[in-house]
Amino acid sequence: MSIGENITQAIVNIKTNKMRAILTMLGIIIGVAAVIAIMMLGNTMSSSISTQMQSLGVNNITVYVQQRDQTGNQNFTRVGGNNIQEKDLITDSMLNTLRQKYSDSIQAFSLTNSVGSGQTTSGSKSANLNLIGTSPEYNTANNLTLTQGRFILQTDADNRRNVAVVSDKLVSAIFGDANPIGQSIFVTVGTHINNYAIIGVYQSQAQNFGGGTTASSQLPTDVYIPLSTAQRITGSSGYQSAVVMTKVGVNATDFSTTIQNMLNQYYVKNINYQVSTFTAESMVSQVTSMLNMVSIMIAAIAAISLLVGGIGVMNIMLVSITERTREIGVRKALGATNGAIRGQFIIEAIVICFIGGVVGIVLGLVIGTVGVSIIGGMMGSGMTLSVTAPVSTIFLATGISIAIGVFFGYYPANNAAKLDPIDALRYE
Amino acid sequence: MNIIELRGIVKRYFVGKPNELEVLHGVDLSVGEGEFISIVGESGSGKSTMMNIIGLLDRPTEGSYSLSGENVLVQPDSELSILRGRKVGFVFQTFNLIGRMSAQKNIEVPMLYNHVPAKERARRAEHLLEIVGMNDRAKHQPNELSGGQKQRVAIARAMANDPDVILADEPTGALDTETGLLVMNIFLDLHKNFGKTIVLITHNQTLAAQTQRIITLKDGNIVSVRAGGNPIPGPQDLLEAAV
Ligand SMILES: Nc1ncnc2c1ncn2[C@@H]1O[C@H](COP(=O)(O)OP(=O)(O)OP(=O)(O)O)[C@@H](O)[C@H]1O
Ligand SMILES: [Mg+2]
Repeated sequence: MSIGENITQAIVNIKTNKMRAILTMLGIIIGVAAVIAIMMLGNTMSSSISTQMQSLGVNNITVYVQQRDQTGNQNFTRVGGNNIQEKDLITDSMLNTLRQKYSDSIQAFSLTNSVGSGQTTSGSKSANLNLIGTSPEYNTANNLTLTQGRFILQTDADNRRNVAVVSDKLVSAIFGDANPIGQSIFVTVGTHINNYAIIGVYQSQAQNFGGGTTASSQLPTDVYIPLSTAQRITGSSGYQSAVVMTKVGVNATDFSTTIQNMLNQYYVKNINYQVSTFTAESMVSQVTSMLNMVSIMIAAIAAISLLVGGIGVMNIMLVSITERTREIGVRKALGATNGAIRGQFIIEAIVICFIGGVVGIVLGLVIGTVGVSIIGGMMGSGMTLSVTAPVSTIFLATGISIAIGVFFGYYPANNAAKLDPIDALRYE
Repeated sequence: MNIIELRGIVKRYFVGKPNELEVLHGVDLSVGEGEFISIVGESGSGKSTMMNIIGLLDRPTEGSYSLSGENVLVQPDSELSILRGRKVGFVFQTFNLIGRMSAQKNIEVPMLYNHVPAKERARRAEHLLEIVGMNDRAKHQPNELSGGQKQRVAIARAMANDPDVILADEPTGALDTETGLLVMNIFLDLHKNFGKTIVLITHNQTLAAQTQRIITLKDGNIVSVRAGGNPIPGPQDLLEAAV
């Protein structure tokens, strides 16, 4: 009997027991759909995350002071937290030594000294802000785009000028369409109250996670002032963290270890604190490995679902064969060899699994597409996510479905083939 | 040449066990080409057992069997399946049509296993439906047919691969007298006009009397062989049938 005839026959049999077939296929459908959806989400996520991380700058190494932890957990020191003292901070002299020693690798430092959050008011208008002292290199290290004016220069720092670079959001909140350059803003941060002359405006970045909603106008934006100006306010000249901008061609991951070892020489006697580093690169790999773990977990669920689905198929084939014992006897009387009977039932199992697989692929593509667009929405308007149908996965899923049919169909089909024709014909 | 040659056929069940049971005690039977015989005997006498052996569904415990001159018992099971499909046509008491499959498709099943091409299958199935007077029911499913109609389709199916012998085990057992006679007439027609060799098992003496030879089984032995009312055709008749 030809394969075509067997397939036609199998479809007829599946149609007679539609509900039963659908329930049997469910395990396969869920398993295959899960595989396809994960593949789509995983690919999209990891590619979008790595592009986002690249934009943070792969050449930057962040150095930060970290509490020593007996358990070995890597906790970031909370800003202003757990009585970190002036003596525990990274100092200019440490950084100068670092720069001298590795002048081949280091291009510049991007330094910050955070004053705190507050607001600026002008008549009835106000805007929330974070007042941050920055070195002139901050601009480049963080890929800021200036729409007007200039960023903070070394001369501003040398003269401790009261100048500020503000966001376009703050400008539109306070000045509307008027030219803000040269205007001054009245800033209140805790007990600190001062006027700053605006020298530049930067484009605020799209906010992550649902930016652009009602709350966005109240969200504080950064106001950058010269580092020395900020140091005078905070009374601190050290840094909890610093960004080391490396020269082109330097392997940031390797160099970060070198920096960490060198700076930690200053912390040998410090029983509470030490220095740690991270690079965008290492963050990418951390996020990727996290994504991989999630993928593996869902893949395991998919595998279990497929296994359960396979067992379901086997069960339904055994039931179907018992119901059709007499038919098998008749077929043998009409000249069917054991091989022909076995083939008939294996093909029937494959057809069930194949249909389940196809439905699963379609369902998976739908879930994947919807999921990608949801994640795209969360990433904000700045991200454009390309939805790619995982062609190789679709082929793989089809192959797996067929393989499940063969594997779980063989045992029942072989039972059918081995039936004694006389017993089968006599079966009531 | 004899189509069927059974020599010293013994059939035992539960061989080697305390409840060993011998149901055929060394049966000899020859059926000539184009012969229409009937096997009668009381229930449990071994008629169906003998037919299963003739139809290659079962192997005897002892004895020899040649079908169309071929010693079939030496063949492996897979080969017996193929021989069964080509050389034997079964008609059962309970029709045994395959459900969810049209009358025509049912007739095509033995041809599928015999690797007959699709066009040829359809052509032959239509021809056979015509012979049994069922061509207007070709597309009907078994559950849309009456008992007599099902049996006519089953007879057409038995003829599918133009077998050497048709084996019918109480084919009228589930039918009323009138329909039974109609079915019997089809067998007589196949015998007379197509020269088919037919072995008919029946409890019905009237039907048995219409065959050429009546074999009586009792407790696993052939106890009598009588000529039936239907005379054995001479060479002249066979010639006519072939034309
Ligand atoms: N598979 C089997 N195992 C054991 N004994 C069997 C088996 N098949 C048949 N028999 C026995 O063999 C004997 C002959 O059975 P068989 O079916 O050939 O009788 P029969 O002449 O066809 O009877 P009936 O007219 O009722 O159909 C019976 O006694 C039956 O019990
Ligand atoms: Mg019987």
